Amino acid sequence: MVAGFEDIDEGEIVAGDKVLSSKSRNYYLPPEKRDFGMVFQAFAVWPHMSVYENVAFPLRVRKLPAAEVERRVREALAHTNLLGVAASRPDDLSGGGKQRVALARALAIQPVVMLLDEPLSSLDPHFREEMRFEIKDIQRRLGFSILYVTHDQSEAMALSDRILVMKNGVVQQVGTPAEVYFHPGNRFVFGFIGLSSFLRVSFAGGGIQVGDAPMPLAVADSAPAELVGTGEAVLAVRPTDVDFVSEGGLRGVVRRRSYLGEIVDYQIAVGAQVLRVQKLRYEAGPQAGENCGVTFARSNWYPINETGFM
Amino acid sequence: MNNAGTSRSGTPQILFGLAVGILVIFVAVPVLLIFFNALWVHGRFNVADVVNVLREPDTYKALLNSLILASGVTVTGTLVGTFFAWLVTRTDLPYKGAMKVLFLVPFMLPSFIGALAWKMLLSPRSGYINRLFVDVFGFDGPVFNIYSYGGIIAVETMYLFPFVFIQVCGALERMDPTLEESARISGADLFTITRKITIPLVLPSILSGSLLIMLYSMAHFGTVAVLGIEAGIYNIPTLIYERIHQSAGSFDAIRTGTVLSMVLVFTAAFIIWLQNKVLARGRYQIIAGKSFRPAELKLRGLRVPLLLFCFAYIGFTIVLPTTTIFMVGGLRTYGLPFALENMTLDNYHHILFEWDLTRDAIWNSISLGLASALITMFAGVIISYVIVKMKVRGKGLLEFLGMLPFSVPGSVIALGVILAWSGKFGINLYNTVWIILIAYIARYMAFSLKANSAALEQVHDSLVEAARASGATMWQALRDIVIPLVRPGMVAAFFLIFLPALRELTVSVLLYGPTSRTIGVAIYTLSEDGRFRSRPRSRARRVRGHAGAVRLRQDHDAAHGSGLRRYR
Amino acid sequence: MGGIRIEGLVKSYGARKVLDGLDLTVEAGECFTLLGPSACGKTVLMRLLAGFETPDAGRIVIGDTLVAGTGVHVPPDRRGIGMVFQDYAVWPHMSVRDNVAYPLKIAGIAADVRAGRTQTAIGQVGLAGLEQRMPSQLSGGQQQRVALARALVSKPALLLLDEPLNNLDANLREEMRFEIRELQQRLGITVIYVTHDQEIALALSDRLAVMDEKGCLRQVGAPDALFDRPADAYVYRFLGVANFIPVRKSAAGWRLPDGVTEWVGPLPDREGGHLAAGFRPNDVALSRSGAGLPGIVRRASFLGAQTDYLIEVGGVTLRAATDSRRAGAGGQLFRDNEPCRIGFHAVQWFDELDATGTVNAEDVSATTSGAGHE
Repeated sequence: MVAGFEDIDEGEIVAGDKVLSSKSRNYYLPPEKRDFGMVFQAFAVWPHMSVYENVAFPLRVRKLPAAEVERRVREALAHTNLLGVAASRPDDLSGGGKQRVALARALAIQPVVMLLDEPLSSLDPHFREEMRFEIKDIQRRLGFSILYVTHDQSEAMALSDRILVMKNGVVQQVGTPAEVYFHPGNRFVFGFIGLSSFLRVSFAGGGIQVGDAPMPLAVADSAPAELVGTGEAVLAVRPTDVDFVSEGGLRGVVRRRSYLGEIVDYQIAVGAQVLRVQKLRYEAGPQAGENCGVTFARSNWYPINETGFM
Repeated sequence: MNNAGTSRSGTPQILFGLAVGILVIFVAVPVLLIFFNALWVHGRFNVADVVNVLREPDTYKALLNSLILASGVTVTGTLVGTFFAWLVTRTDLPYKGAMKVLFLVPFMLPSFIGALAWKMLLSPRSGYINRLFVDVFGFDGPVFNIYSYGGIIAVETMYLFPFVFIQVCGALERMDPTLEESARISGADLFTITRKITIPLVLPSILSGSLLIMLYSMAHFGTVAVLGIEAGIYNIPTLIYERIHQSAGSFDAIRTGTVLSMVLVFTAAFIIWLQNKVLARGRYQIIAGKSFRPAELKLRGLRVPLLLFCFAYIGFTIVLPTTTIFMVGGLRTYGLPFALENMTLDNYHHILFEWDLTRDAIWNSISLGLASALITMFAGVIISYVIVKMKVRGKGLLEFLGMLPFSVPGSVIALGVILAWSGKFGINLYNTVWIILIAYIARYMAFSLKANSAALEQVHDSLVEAARASGATMWQALRDIVIPLVRPGMVAAFFLIFLPALRELTVSVLLYGPTSRTIGVAIYTLSEDGRFRSRPRSRARRVRGHAGAVRLRQDHDAAHGSGLRRYR
Repeated sequence: MGGIRIEGLVKSYGARKVLDGLDLTVEAGECFTLLGPSACGKTVLMRLLAGFETPDAGRIVIGDTLVAGTGVHVPPDRRGIGMVFQDYAVWPHMSVRDNVAYPLKIAGIAADVRAGRTQTAIGQVGLAGLEQRMPSQLSGGQQQRVALARALVSKPALLLLDEPLNNLDANLREEMRFEIRELQQRLGITVIYVTHDQEIALALSDRLAVMDEKGCLRQVGAPDALFDRPADAYVYRFLGVANFIPVRKSAAGWRLPDGVTEWVGPLPDREGGHLAAGFRPNDVALSRSGAGLPGIVRRASFLGAQTDYLIEVGGVTLRAATDSRRAGAGGQLFRDNEPCRIGFHAVQWFDELDATGTVNAEDVSATTSGAGHE
């Protein structure tokens, strides 16, 4: 809808001071007039044109003078490190190369707004990481706005100034990466941004129970009073925010300990519930089958009946 | 599967030998004999003679005609096919779905029967349309003479444009819509996108479709035989037929035939080579998974006119000739006006049940069609399996042999089969149905190989290996995994062979004997009779011939149509 | 029973020698992973074990039976192995039950016994209730389970798994690798697992072997042994994101390539004048002052649990990762272009040539995936 391939039923889209679509004013600007840059998941570079021709296309259809086209294409290719392959066909390039061509093509018209629709999900993981930093660098250098769509939370964290988390078309939270990571507005956002464990707890007589196991008050941040009043709540914890203690803490049994190289991954059974813990390999931790205690350096409380349990 | 992997059973060797054997006996030997016959005169190698044959005015003219007709049909067929494909996939034309099916109908109709219909409508003196204009509107002469290059090209185009239509429709439908969307976001309007992005991207499909038209048209017999001979227009296949028939199989005629066949084989091989090159170089990765539908070009004011144009085209090229055949078939006597009192069903009854010439032809065609379809289907599975799935030494040879059927036109096969099976190797099958069966097998092997290897390529090696790892022997894996999975391909091959075999003309016209007429031959020779004799009796016969053809054709078309829809 | 002995295995395709004298022993009941880049011959080794290929030389003994050797070739259907393929290879024309029952049917097991064992295998992989489904009605993960059940149903002593999790999404992949591990331990079978994903290899295996693109085994051992004591830089790179700082001996001590910056950190434990210090992003301890190499943060990326840094020190660029929570609490979160001090939790020493010259960058790119996840 922002690109203009679909019309809107209600509301208004404005970019800068330019109205793009507005139902109340009955206005709709077709995609080719919006002057956006856009990069698609499937690259969508034209295989019958050279890299240079691909990038020149948007300038040519705008009937820019030849010298200007030449200058801007060179510039866009330079930004994306493609000058060396300007004459090649896109099919001779790797996935990462093709996506750079798509990026250069979108940059060529010097857009104020750039729409990126999962541009990295067709790339292999290594390139994905490299490209997201590249995109960020170019964006900082040239200073345009990016609207980036992705389902990969680490991509969103690495790339964005602000993140909007969406579920079934409903906005869940808008904020900086640190805000959505440290202060998720609800359980869905908590589960979506980073690894997470959720424990159902009940409050009785001033104490906290995780299933049958009592949880000392000091183990986690204290629960908000209105949640205590409901008698039940969900405690959300990130695997890296759990610390092992030999005495006290919330008691559990190590159900599984997996060595992943830099990281050791634990599954701790607390009653019938499972808590996930990750420690760096040089940090001490219990062995499989051992009893252990855990405390939570940071945790969030959410009501029990929230939809979107993950 | 390595050869040593089954050293105990020797199964791969058996299959390989079988595959090579079939292809050598049915395809390679006839073709080799043609080359041998053309180049080996009076016990020595002789190229000068080949050149002499080619320089004869008749042969030279036929070569030129083949080229003119094929190029003409290729150009018009490509334009028509691409235009309609674009219309039904990229615009907001109404009834696109139905339209798409209708444009495929000509593919299922035998073109030489279409040619007969057009002859009745547009022959200069007696064609219904021409007479209408002369009698009713007072024209001085015929409006259009179908006995001309233009006429032949027009009729062939009507039946061959679907080659391009199918390929381009497929490419346009599977094309990743973001390729076009990204051009829109770049600022291009839909017209620019069509010109600069869409058409160039489907160009390989267009070209590969046009080359198919060319390949087919080059070696096409029926339409030229029906419409060209009157005006003295011969192409290579019709000239071969004419020579061999007139001289009753004399040495000179056969030699001319073999030389012309050689030219056909080389041309066909060249076209196939060109097509492979186009496909190899130009098959862009434009196919992608799900996305939104591509933007449709709004036709606005042109919407209704274009729809009417499509209807007119379909009415003119499909409905008109088909009804004509039907109506003429029902006339008491050819030449009477179409009035209810002149119509009768007696003709149909006579042809189907009484007249032994046509009854035999129907019987011959059905049994030949069934036999060749069954044999070719099974042979095709074996050969494709060896080519696609097995790693055996000498596979290169087999792959080459497997390509042969694609590049050998029908008339060449017929000639080769005559050379090979009329006593030269101690077996004389000439004038029997068996020689036609052999020729059918050779001619339709290409269809079977195509359908079966496509099906086999879908069967990933690991499916078979999983069966082997489960404890199944190679035969058990073939029986339980491979055959069930390629069954749709085998059924497709069966129908792809059976239905065209029923109405085959090019091969059978060169091979038929007194008792081995096929339906195609019966219709064609009866219509030829009509040309040479003018006694009312034979006219009636000829008309009845048409009627029988029509009836039968409707039957196959119904079956053929459903077969194609299901397996294409 | 179920162990494997491979001796002097050679296999060539045309002029290309894929395996050249490979020796390997896998114990019965072991979960053994072959880890290597794509096209390194690990799949060929797997196919040799299964019997789909024959070796040019060498012997393969499975259990007590010689299955491949001079003049001996036991075809795949007689090796009594289970195998799961990367693309599942579930037969599309058979229901889940028929797929799983097929190996028993071929073995001529009586119908009633067959039904029971088929049901057990389907239950083991958690597909009970889906017996009647056709493969096209199943998700990728479910199809892979069908393949697993089919491989297990004839109770093979040896199970071969060829990148079975490649086509699954990340969450499912993680779940399935634990499931495979649990099944293997419960049934006590020998598993040979082939993959290029080091995280799966580390999580799953009792022992693993790292194979290079020439088909040579670089190192064989337990996961932590390979991770903490890599035989060479190749193995080190393959098992995760790797940084190397070349360090050279001079009169004044150890210096970085710029010739000025002095190496601060654990001292080399091996001989030689041209060495390289290898460390993982998480082995780096960043601080604002104090002991350590002086560096400049070129790029800081907050990724949630971890913050990822690109740091320049003495002409070398390296990747570091810190725990966002602890660093934040200690005021140790850096911004772009801030100076920092680099200390180390752990350093591995390599020859400089080994660390920088012998490994093709392309192959490493395929292997550093996954390690950056938090």
